[in-house]
Amino acid sequence: MKKDIILCGVGGQGILSIATIIGEAATKAGLYLKQAEVHGMSQRGGDVQSNLRLSTEPIWSDLIAEAGADLIISMEPMESMRYLAYLSKDGKIVTSSKPFINIPNYPDEAALQQELDTLPSVKLDIDTVAKDCGNPRGANMVLLGMAAPYIGILSVEDLREAIATVFARKGEQVVEANLKAFDAGVKTS
Amino acid sequence: MKKLLLGDEAIALGAINAGLSGVYAYPGTPSTEITEYIQNNPLAKERGVHSRWCTNEKTAMEAALGMSYAGKRALVCMKHVGMNVCADAFVNSAITGVKGGLIVLAADDPSMHSSQNEQDSRFYAKFALVPCLEPSNQQEAYDMMAYGFDLSEKLGEPIVLRVVTRLAHSRAAVEVTEPKVEKSLSPATDQWVLLPGIARKKYVKLLEKQEAMKQASATSPYNCAFRFTRKDQSPTTGILACGIAYNYVREALAGDANLVKISQYPLPEEKIKALAAECDELLVIEDGQPVVEELVKGLLGAGYPVKGRLTGDLPRTGELTPDCVAKALGKETGAVFAPAKNMAARPPQLCQGCGHRDVYAALNQVLADYPDHRVFGDIGCYTLGALPPFQSLSSCVDMGASITMAKGAADAGLFPAVAIIGDSTFTHSGMTGLLDAVNDKANITVIISDNLTTGMTGGQDSAGTNKYEAICLGLGVEPEHVRVVVPLPKNMPEITQVIREEINYHGVSVIIPRRECIQTFARHARAKKQ
Repeated sequence: MKKDIILCGVGGQGILSIATIIGEAATKAGLYLKQAEVHGMSQRGGDVQSNLRLSTEPIWSDLIAEAGADLIISMEPMESMRYLAYLSKDGKIVTSSKPFINIPNYPDEAALQQELDTLPSVKLDIDTVAKDCGNPRGANMVLLGMAAPYIGILSVEDLREAIATVFARKGEQVVEANLKAFDAGVKTS
Repeated sequence: MKKLLLGDEAIALGAINAGLSGVYAYPGTPSTEITEYIQNNPLAKERGVHSRWCTNEKTAMEAALGMSYAGKRALVCMKHVGMNVCADAFVNSAITGVKGGLIVLAADDPSMHSSQNEQDSRFYAKFALVPCLEPSNQQEAYDMMAYGFDLSEKLGEPIVLRVVTRLAHSRAAVEVTEPKVEKSLSPATDQWVLLPGIARKKYVKLLEKQEAMKQASATSPYNCAFRFTRKDQSPTTGILACGIAYNYVREALAGDANLVKISQYPLPEEKIKALAAECDELLVIEDGQPVVEELVKGLLGAGYPVKGRLTGDLPRTGELTPDCVAKALGKETGAVFAPAKNMAARPPQLCQGCGHRDVYAALNQVLADYPDHRVFGDIGCYTLGALPPFQSLSSCVDMGASITMAKGAADAGLFPAVAIIGDSTFTHSGMTGLLDAVNDKANITVIISDNLTTGMTGGQDSAGTNKYEAICLGLGVEPEHVRVVVPLPKNMPEITQVIREEINYHGVSVIIPRRECIQTFARHARAKKQ
């Protein structure tokens, strides 16, 4: 069994934290893992993505091939469609519905949402959900919760444990706040 | 024990556990995380392994060679273009030879994710006549550190370890070994003075070592031949897969290939000849430039068909992908979904609140009055000033080129010639150019946009922090033309006034807008709170 995931968004939205948590959970579960990240200049407010490959068998390539991704998890709706070439026939997009507009030529929002609806996608205003559960900086954890049932190769409980491990050094409060955001995300999907 | 590590971290931990005594480096994507990992590693701290950032790649290379001279194991790390900066020291280190193991880590960036070119560091290894290791995965990257130090000491030569972005910045589980002890102090006793008379003898020695290097490649555990009969294909194509190309081949073909995996150079010639003899043609798959493709053409002669990037079977530019490799192997799959219609490019940009923004805003305001102006840029976050909304820059070439290019243009009569350079880039390669400008009384205005850090690579210490005025004065810039301002929107009248005055001064002036990078500022604030 394998799961190929593209994580994407805009630099600074916290996609690497999501990758770290899935990575921690996969390692604990004894899965093979490869995770290609983008560092450097592209992190400055530009589009960013990470290829995450999880499998019960050894993995060769660090990158996912076209039509190979089972899941695209995105912090931003337009960004979720940037990697459509990589989405597999039965693949799924899980994305934030709220545009992050830091460019002058951002596409028409209604048309964009409409196009997203024609694709195998689920979307949610994760910022509002995060705010509602008292953790406005936890939108990425809401998204991870939303995506959790689709990840499949890891259980929701595996991911909860990984959140606790990854945020442990930041203290009990931070762990609780992130778990709350994650659970809120799980509930929506 | 298994650990989840970035390729860069695997290199760092591999080096520490191989008994490293010092890492010398200047930050550069995708190599930066190696040194950062060593700086934060408990064992390296306990042992006092040197890990402070160097001013540039040349000072790093020379210091590493000095540590090797003293008998200890040293690692020097840089991005590919850093090899150009340290080339003098690097090429000559092959002539002097080494005492303690010396690994020169070059992180190449095919596709230029964060670089100015796609140069392939394997050329440098061949140029200097030293071995090169090219790991195919994180485990090999780890293992090759101990292997490389041993090989370096056995041959008495530096070893190039070449990685590419996709390995440097990809994580996988790595089986970690027990740390070895450091080498003790035992300085070289042979002559390292490269006077012509001595250098000639040493060069002959280096040439004599080539046979041992070839032998090491021939028997290397990292160069392996895989033979599987491919009945489905005619004519049969033999594959040479270099470094991470091997993974893409295995992804596409599973076990079904006649293949030689190449992860150690000089090339394992006999293995390649044996593969060629069994097949009708060879396909060379390598990330970066067609180094092996050209060499193999020479090795097999004009009559033998060799395919690769030069023949168009693989793209001539850009990094390898599982898709382009699968296509070259006749296994292309292709996208299911059409590209999105509602899509726009999202280029990187300067952070909101960044001091560089205020510098460009002020500069653009003043320069609007000088239609013939040119602004010569440099390497760093502030290169993004070339893009909208500022579009201030006319050039960005290499570390330090802003000052010297402005000077050359001013020599030709261009006015106003403005250079903009970051604090870390200035100490890396800008100071010598400023001395040239002062000695020539060049009519240039230099802006050292000082954010107190090496920003683009993630906020590493900058070598000249708190020393910039003193450096400029020491190089001979007149005291009344070294001006410091604080780049904030509220200071715009003062900053524009200063820029205008210094442009109108006929000679070298330096303006230092100084405000901490907002990323490191936020990080420092968080650290204080915790």
